[in-house]
Amino acid sequence: MSSPADAPAVPPAAPPPAPTAPPAVEPPRPTIAELFAVFAAISLSGFGGVLAWARRMMVERRRWFTAEQFNEAFALCAFLPGGNMVNFAVIFGTRMRGPLGAIAALAGLLGPPMILITMVGAIYAHYGDLPALRRVLTGVAAAAAGLMLATVAKMARPLFANQFKNPFKNWGAITPLIAIVTFVTIGILHWPLPLVLLVIVPLSIGVAFRNQAMRR
Amino acid sequence: MKSESGSLVTLAAFFAVTSLFAIGGGNAAIPEMHRYAVDIQHWLSDRQFADSFALAQLTPGPNLIIVTLIGYHVAGIPGAVVTTLAMCGPTSVLAFFVGRASQRFTGAAWHGALGRGLIPVMIGLTAASATVIVSVADYSWVAAAITLATAAIALFMRVHPLWAFAVAALLGLAGLV
Repeated sequence: MSSPADAPAVPPAAPPPAPTAPPAVEPPRPTIAELFAVFAAISLSGFGGVLAWARRMMVERRRWFTAEQFNEAFALCAFLPGGNMVNFAVIFGTRMRGPLGAIAALAGLLGPPMILITMVGAIYAHYGDLPALRRVLTGVAAAAAGLMLATVAKMARPLFANQFKNPFKNWGAITPLIAIVTFVTIGILHWPLPLVLLVIVPLSIGVAFRNQAMRR
Repeated sequence: MKSESGSLVTLAAFFAVTSLFAIGGGNAAIPEMHRYAVDIQHWLSDRQFADSFALAQLTPGPNLIIVTLIGYHVAGIPGAVVTTLAMCGPTSVLAFFVGRASQRFTGAAWHGALGRGLIPVMIGLTAASATVIVSVADYSWVAAAITLATAAIALFMRVHPLWAFAVAALLGLAGLV
């Protein structure tokens, strides 16, 4: 199952790549069929923790990726638009077996849940008005909203704690302000997402670049 | 359910564009999907949107599988397929090229600033998504308590989120929500 809690974890600042000696033996590499099977398994058994499951599978059990490669790829996926796991399937599949590998990983990740959710949709179309089902879904939506709020709190804590120490230095208060403006315009005022992001993303990246330049 | 090719094209265009603005995962697009599918196109009611979100949470698979459900609701199985491909196609192509380029660029100066610039936007979008989900559900005091309790548990205890869903579903089934 997908859960908001595993969505956009703040990726750690990428450490400089350590100069490691090339491995003596060629690391194992999955076949196209294995890529499909592994992503189908991750997709279907990743109840609430797709990320943790993917790491265990790829780094610890099969050793297709080192821990560093996994972290680097996943940080990249968190910043790219679209589903984190979708992006991860594309990047991992490509590194292992090129474009065909990406397609196999995507098919494994999306195919089985698509079939499942379409069946769920068909059942809902018939029984969606049953009071018991309605109450169950309301309870689940409430819990999922709680998980999202926890994610927000986890991500926001370092941001707000660091910036508010010196709110006027380096435009420090601007970064939390960007989070608040995004929240209000999208979540409360219901402005169109592309409109808001086309303004706020360049602004936010500009501030980050400026702060980086100031620190040097 | 109307399965005209017109709504298929509308579905494809909307989700293809929206996916490119879903910074921080599939859930980042929840407010935009609600704005367009419920408020503008009237494809779903608030209740059906809230139900679709909950069903997607309960079904194994990535977060963005909710788009398949919306597509199915609007235009049947063709709608489900078109919507999913539109949501994943453009971003996959982007991930393909960025993934290849990033092997060359890792550690470059823009890499870090780009990421730090996106983090506050991702935080704002996640908060907005939670707000939209709360605002479309039929909220009772018990539902509000479930939201707060789940948030607290996720923040302060190491408990699998599946348990929160199971308890919330049972409370609902018992008629307490």
